[in-house]
Amino acid sequence: MSTTATRATSTRSTATRSTVTPVRDGIWRVLSAVTTPLVPSDYLDLLAPLHSGAALRGRIQAISAETADAATVLIRPGRGWQGHLPGQYIRIGIDVDGVRLWRAYSLTSGPRSDGLVSVTVKAIPEGKVSNHIVRRARPGTVIQLDQATGDFHLPGAPPPRILFVTAGSGITPVMGMLRHRLTELADVVVLHSAPTSDAVIFGTELRDMATARRLRLIERHTDVEGMLDPGELDTLVPDWAQRETWACGPTRMLDALQERWERAGAEDRLHTERFRPHVLVTGEGGTVSFTRSGTVVEAGGATPLLDAGEAAGVLMPSGCRMGICMGCVIPLESGAVRDLRSGNLTTAVPGDGVKVQTCINAAAGPCELTI
Amino acid sequence: MTVIQRRTDNPVAHLTEADIEAIGLELDALREEVFASLGEADAAYIRRVIKAQRVLELSSRGVLLFSLFPPAWLLGTAGLAVAKILENMEIGHNILHGQWDWMRDPAIHSTTWEWDNVAPAEMWKHSHNEIHHRFTNVVGRDNDLGYGIMRVDEDQRWSPATLGQPLYNFINMCVFEYGIAAYDLELGKYYKGKKKVDAEFKRDLRMVLGKIGRQVRKDYLLNPAAAALVNPFSAVPAFLATLTANMVANLARNVWTHSVIMCGHFPEGVATFSKTSIEGETRGDWYVRQMVGAANISGGAAIHMMTGNLSFQIEHHLYPDMPSRRYRDISPRIQDLFERYDLPYVTGPLPKQVASAWRKVIRLALPNNAFGRFNRAPAWSRDPLPPAEPATESEAA
Repeated sequence: MSTTATRATSTRSTATRSTVTPVRDGIWRVLSAVTTPLVPSDYLDLLAPLHSGAALRGRIQAISAETADAATVLIRPGRGWQGHLPGQYIRIGIDVDGVRLWRAYSLTSGPRSDGLVSVTVKAIPEGKVSNHIVRRARPGTVIQLDQATGDFHLPGAPPPRILFVTAGSGITPVMGMLRHRLTELADVVVLHSAPTSDAVIFGTELRDMATARRLRLIERHTDVEGMLDPGELDTLVPDWAQRETWACGPTRMLDALQERWERAGAEDRLHTERFRPHVLVTGEGGTVSFTRSGTVVEAGGATPLLDAGEAAGVLMPSGCRMGICMGCVIPLESGAVRDLRSGNLTTAVPGDGVKVQTCINAAAGPCELTI
Repeated sequence: MTVIQRRTDNPVAHLTEADIEAIGLELDALREEVFASLGEADAAYIRRVIKAQRVLELSSRGVLLFSLFPPAWLLGTAGLAVAKILENMEIGHNILHGQWDWMRDPAIHSTTWEWDNVAPAEMWKHSHNEIHHRFTNVVGRDNDLGYGIMRVDEDQRWSPATLGQPLYNFINMCVFEYGIAAYDLELGKYYKGKKKVDAEFKRDLRMVLGKIGRQVRKDYLLNPAAAALVNPFSAVPAFLATLTANMVANLARNVWTHSVIMCGHFPEGVATFSKTSIEGETRGDWYVRQMVGAANISGGAAIHMMTGNLSFQIEHHLYPDMPSRRYRDISPRIQDLFERYDLPYVTGPLPKQVASAWRKVIRLALPNNAFGRFNRAPAWSRDPLPPAEPATESEAA
């Protein structure tokens, strides 16, 4: 999935920049000479961690429960925040047991005058970060942020008829779109799956929207009714193939939808956001060298390079850990890696510096990564 | 001390292969245990120390703007010296060891940290982490054994130039940060023609000179200039007062760090090893070498903080990448291990260990046993066997 998303960027007038910047740069240079080997930001961070010019951070303002295992985190982003398009996601770096872990979450907040944004997190079994956020994180905590990204968002001029097919926390990017843009949308159907009625994230708000006849909501409670079969679409949403559709949920559901839309020749109208990599083939593993840190490890054919590096203490960039955000991309200097989803091999000879996603690639023989 | 195999009372001679393997397994298990328990409290600790150090440094430099007033000079100088010591030891040295890499915070990471010292972090990491910690006390491999300018082991070759080593050591102590930079550059080897000046050396030299320039500009130009600006009617005396304050703070840091580091490996009772002795070394062998190749400093919390926990040099050498605040916790268990295997856990208060290290520097300035009792090693480390193989000596010299 590409991440070349259009961002709602704030623009500063060039006239202001031309006079202010040289002076500010000059002051910054003098301050840097005073604080060397640190930078002035290192001292400023002690007082105001959200100041402009710092690495983008945010402060948790509030955490509120949505369901028994999901919570919405309200965040005040730092000064460098450039805004987002509803449906996009951000990467959040949060310290769990002293270790900084990064995850990607869809933005769920609606329009706000105070500039705050929110993400909604569902605690998944064994999920270190999601459980920490839902059960242990406290307001006041400073977290690391990346600018919003992703192309799972509505176009500027919305299509006349829309279908959202979501499951579980797959509702989160869609909620961001609905809260911002529902008034512009003429005909919306939301087909949402969750185990029970109580487990529906934003259940009350969605039902209120439906009651106010602003959208048609079809809830699927899978504990009782079973998983949604794409074959049922004809009865649930008879005109589904004519609707511009955004779908977000587990891989199995998205694969089934993809196939159904392709059979109907309507795949152009289906937009999906995937959550997890789909492990098809395992490579044979090998010796992985992280050249800058000088670390060498033996990694198995089913171990993502990211996990192998992190386990060895290498400072690996990381993001969604599911192969979509490109936050973990580093150059493969030489050797072979295998894509855990497709089984595809990527090879490099010295000088190539092929950039690979470490979260979904495993060693397929000896390889060297530049980090 | 002397190469361990030839010591009359080799402190590890009584260990069987099985003992050494058992020691290795026990130390590996302890390591696992500590690393599995690292968490929020550890992360909060290093961030607290860093914050305290930055507040102390900034406020000391602030006080030094008024250094014309003698109490302000004293207070600012003392504060700056302590800030620099904390930065170099508990913070810089330990971060550059990767002790805090597990936090995955790029701001506190061995790959990104730069310290308040003229020796660039990148080069220091190579000579310290890769060479010294790997080849600890191996004569001819570990350049920390006398830093290439001194003879600190009977098995290192004596030459007339060695006579001057008490003076070299004193000078090195006063300008220690420059000594480290020269050492990381391996200036001695280039000077003696053992290494050819190449592009790599030129690049490293530029790196060092750049770092020196930035450090000097900060301490000896900008901080004094700021004091001059604050005192426009006595700008020159204010400049000079703050300049001397920075010089004294750097000197104090140099003397302190040099002394602490001398205590790590030079005191009597620490063992050295020959190059051949580490061939085919097992994990257990490596651990045992670290155990008898380092010495601790006894004292309270302040000593541990100001030495960057190198007061637990033995524990540090066993686990160089373990967060420093954990050394104190594991020390009783390490001492118990030493006791069970009847190994010498060398430790003592700072003045005693510094004196012991200096005594050795002075004693070994003279050839072995040249003046009878005066420069003989203590009885337990006397060496009646023939000298070591020449190859070892020549490279150690």
